[in-house]
Amino acid sequence: MSDSATLPTVQDALALGLTRAEYELVCAHQSSPPNQVELAMYSLLWSEHCAYKHSKKLLRTLPTEGEHVVMGPGENAGAVACGDGLVCAFKVESHNHPSAVEPFQGAATGVGGILRDIFAIGARPIAVLDSLRFGEVGGDRDQRSRYLLDGAVSGIAHYGNSIGVPTVGGEVYFEAPYEQNCLINAMALGLAPRERLVRSAAAGPGNVVILFGASTGRDGIGGASVLASAELGDEHGDKRPTVQVGDPFEESKLLECSLALLDRGLLVSLQDLGAAGLTSSASEMASAGKVGIDIDVSLVPLREPDMEPFEIMVSESQERMLCVVEPARVADVLALCERWEVHGTAIGAVTDTHRMRVFDGPALVGDMPVSALVDDCPLYDLSPARPTTPIYAPPTATLASGACPRECLLALLCSPNIASRRPLFERYDAIVQSRTVRRPEQADAAILAIRHPGEQARVGEDGAGTDGADTGAGGNGGSGNGGPVPALAVSIDCNGRRVAADPYRGTIEAVLECASNLACVGAEPLGTTNNLNFGNPERPHVAWQLTEAVRGLGDACRALDAPIVGGNVSLYNETSSGPIYPTPVIGMVGRLPDARTAGRLGFARAGDEIALVGPFAPSLHASELSKLHGHSLPDELPGIDIAAVRSAQFAVRGAMRVGGLSSAHDIAEGGLAIALAECCLAGGCGAEVRLDALADQDDDNHDPLRVLFGEAPGGFLVSGIATGVRALGRRTRVRIIGTVCSDALRLDLGELSLTASLAELAEAHGALAELFL
Amino acid sequence: MRFSCSTTAARHTVKFGVLQFPGSCDEVDALQAARRVGDAELIWHAQRDLQGAEAIVVPGGFSYGDYLRAGAIARFSPVMESVMEFARDGGLVLGICNGFQVLCEAHLLPGALLPNANLRFTFRQVELDVVAPDTSFTRASDGLTRLSIPAKHSWGRYYADDPTLDELERRGQVVLRYASGHNFNGSLHDIAGVSNESGNVFGLMPHPEHAVDALIGGSTDGLTIFESMRLTVEGARV
Repeated sequence: MSDSATLPTVQDALALGLTRAEYELVCAHQSSPPNQVELAMYSLLWSEHCAYKHSKKLLRTLPTEGEHVVMGPGENAGAVACGDGLVCAFKVESHNHPSAVEPFQGAATGVGGILRDIFAIGARPIAVLDSLRFGEVGGDRDQRSRYLLDGAVSGIAHYGNSIGVPTVGGEVYFEAPYEQNCLINAMALGLAPRERLVRSAAAGPGNVVILFGASTGRDGIGGASVLASAELGDEHGDKRPTVQVGDPFEESKLLECSLALLDRGLLVSLQDLGAAGLTSSASEMASAGKVGIDIDVSLVPLREPDMEPFEIMVSESQERMLCVVEPARVADVLALCERWEVHGTAIGAVTDTHRMRVFDGPALVGDMPVSALVDDCPLYDLSPARPTTPIYAPPTATLASGACPRECLLALLCSPNIASRRPLFERYDAIVQSRTVRRPEQADAAILAIRHPGEQARVGEDGAGTDGADTGAGGNGGSGNGGPVPALAVSIDCNGRRVAADPYRGTIEAVLECASNLACVGAEPLGTTNNLNFGNPERPHVAWQLTEAVRGLGDACRALDAPIVGGNVSLYNETSSGPIYPTPVIGMVGRLPDARTAGRLGFARAGDEIALVGPFAPSLHASELSKLHGHSLPDELPGIDIAAVRSAQFAVRGAMRVGGLSSAHDIAEGGLAIALAECCLAGGCGAEVRLDALADQDDDNHDPLRVLFGEAPGGFLVSGIATGVRALGRRTRVRIIGTVCSDALRLDLGELSLTASLAELAEAHGALAELFL
Repeated sequence: MRFSCSTTAARHTVKFGVLQFPGSCDEVDALQAARRVGDAELIWHAQRDLQGAEAIVVPGGFSYGDYLRAGAIARFSPVMESVMEFARDGGLVLGICNGFQVLCEAHLLPGALLPNANLRFTFRQVELDVVAPDTSFTRASDGLTRLSIPAKHSWGRYYADDPTLDELERRGQVVLRYASGHNFNGSLHDIAGVSNESGNVFGLMPHPEHAVDALIGGSTDGLTIFESMRLTVEGARV
């Protein structure tokens, strides 16, 4: 380099997030101090966000292989085989810090980013789910949480609805530790014929590198390093310019264009531009393919003039893709871009230099070994230490300690973590693409038909309509020809408060709950994705949370044969008031052979038997009820028999598939009584339930609150005709507890008798509506 | 008036054309719905040739991103010039959601769609009363007086000035109304679907193409609209 006149200093490197030692390492790799372009690129690729430098060693312990896995971690998204020559690509990713700074665009571009990850490997996005965490709502200090909630939900709706991908599920929790650092995790699924899958590795020196999509502006500069890899301070309003702005219309064109390019076999490889923009996309493509890449920033279409070369290289402008193309196919690629009104430009070439070189016209303005940039960032060992004093303050009590069971039931139903999510789900299009077999709140997992039902209808119909009454869908489903309708099921979950109480067991519980949700609809797991949201890993107690959670994640996924195919890590979710609850969000995808027997959660028929299924041993530790009572977190959760839970899942799944059950629901927050109320509300039926058998068998202290509202993994509430319900007993524990009836929930337990009408339950359950008035 | 389908179906299938704008979202859903009653192909926005379509569907979505005003840009696309001519010649045109907005912007239908009363995108299964059961778009309703169809939109509040509304009511152009308690967007006169004066152009905010399959959503009431169109086209051939 000749432009050594104004070389950046170590101070500049520190400001960009590198440590002094890392800066010295960069100098060694470069054989001289890096110039501005090089320092900017190193600072991003060596950031926590890109390099996973505090988590990579842990992540290597996770199970990533299994019979269904087609693409594991390391690509833009993971993929599993889902039958019929098709693969399902899926991944969850966070956009936490951008959303804390600017919730609408932060959440919107979070959705945009995860969708690009899916179509970057050649899959058509078919569904979005989201996992959200905010501070408490409902008190007098909740303005910030409500602002973030409304902005984030609006942003997700804006992007997902506009691009025509249904938002089919999700979860949201409200807890004080998220007040200053909300979490916005978005998960997407896509489908592709197996042969269309494409990897990101660049190949073939002499091949052309084409940038297509939106033009490049100054938005999102430094997002990965400054925003995503550091704690949020009080001045984070200043960081608003580092948040990107999304354009779903541009992405819609980009999606169609990318899939069309792949369908015609015009691309060698494809990669989206996400965090760290061109820098990470080009470097990672070069690294994966063990080649070099030259980029000429003077060829990049700009949104504003006079951008510096380093700005062009690090811009996080949205809706852009990078592909490698053989020279003979460049004209075809550019023509197809034009057809979709997407701007495509050749900006560089693959080389055999193993170097990432940046040109500004004829001038070489950056020259770095690819391996140094991508692979040689130092990895750090954590120094985990179990905290000796509580990390989190007890929650504020909102329910009197002497509240009777009926008061507890209604208070739990209207509490923000349990109340109906309908006010959120109604903001999202859940049905576009015509695959949505179960809408939100109809079942524990979302269900998506793998083949477009219209395609199936045509197969059996010989094209022409016959009679209006019989045209199209058959009475029992959409297949028209009466055949099975294979489907995907998907669930996303994590109860951060339980993980905070016990990172190892709490994480196992999150994985088990996802699998239980799949079992309730009749699906078996194919693979798992995860988003590890934690505080500052350089603090020993956070390092301990992270280490324990990853250990639990690995153990649970191994035990369930649900390997990890991809994921994301979001660290430094911490402010001056402390870290967030450790929140390893789990997304699990499963398959069911025939959606026509897919489960529902609601009671369906008066007279059906109701049974408690599985090794359910409830406790009030870290339960929602103990939160309402203001109890501090316990030091640990009770032990879990994963194998017994797995047997119960197996039994419920099997019974659902043969049509033996009318409903199935996993018992989670709020315990058995809340699960019963949810089944009543979802089905519009009442229930008469007697719980003495539970208290007699299990209870040492005969605490009715523990039976009614205690929580634990491995419990299912099912209903159906007597023979169907009792057949479950061959594989797992079944306790018949009552019958479905007309219009009220009645619970009897010893002396205690509690009745609530459906109308009362519905009113309490609808409490979140007022947040969106 | 009910057409016999057994005699006409054997001749040849009715061909639907489903417009596709950049930013359309529900065009494949509409295509597959139309294929349950006939043939259907997508027609790209930049072309003027309607490819021999006998009925046109302007689908839902966010044409051209809808950044100016819903439907305001799509109305000027090349394909819409052909659709306007097709409609003037009496051809059947169905506008769904964004398609309804496009047809209003193109003045093929009276009135306009304003932001929902709740000012939010809202997705909800709604019940619709079939006010005019004998139109080109409802004649297959065959005694079905209530349709269960999902709606999902931000700009769905039907608005027209009072004289126009009076005219619509007097001429029987109000085809579908939100049933009591289902008018979440605040449409005037509870109007969910309205036709032009000659009855060959019809727009509605709810999505009949998303109510054609018992497995996906539980209702097949939306098929009534597509089946009615098929019967109308076949009847006109005689």
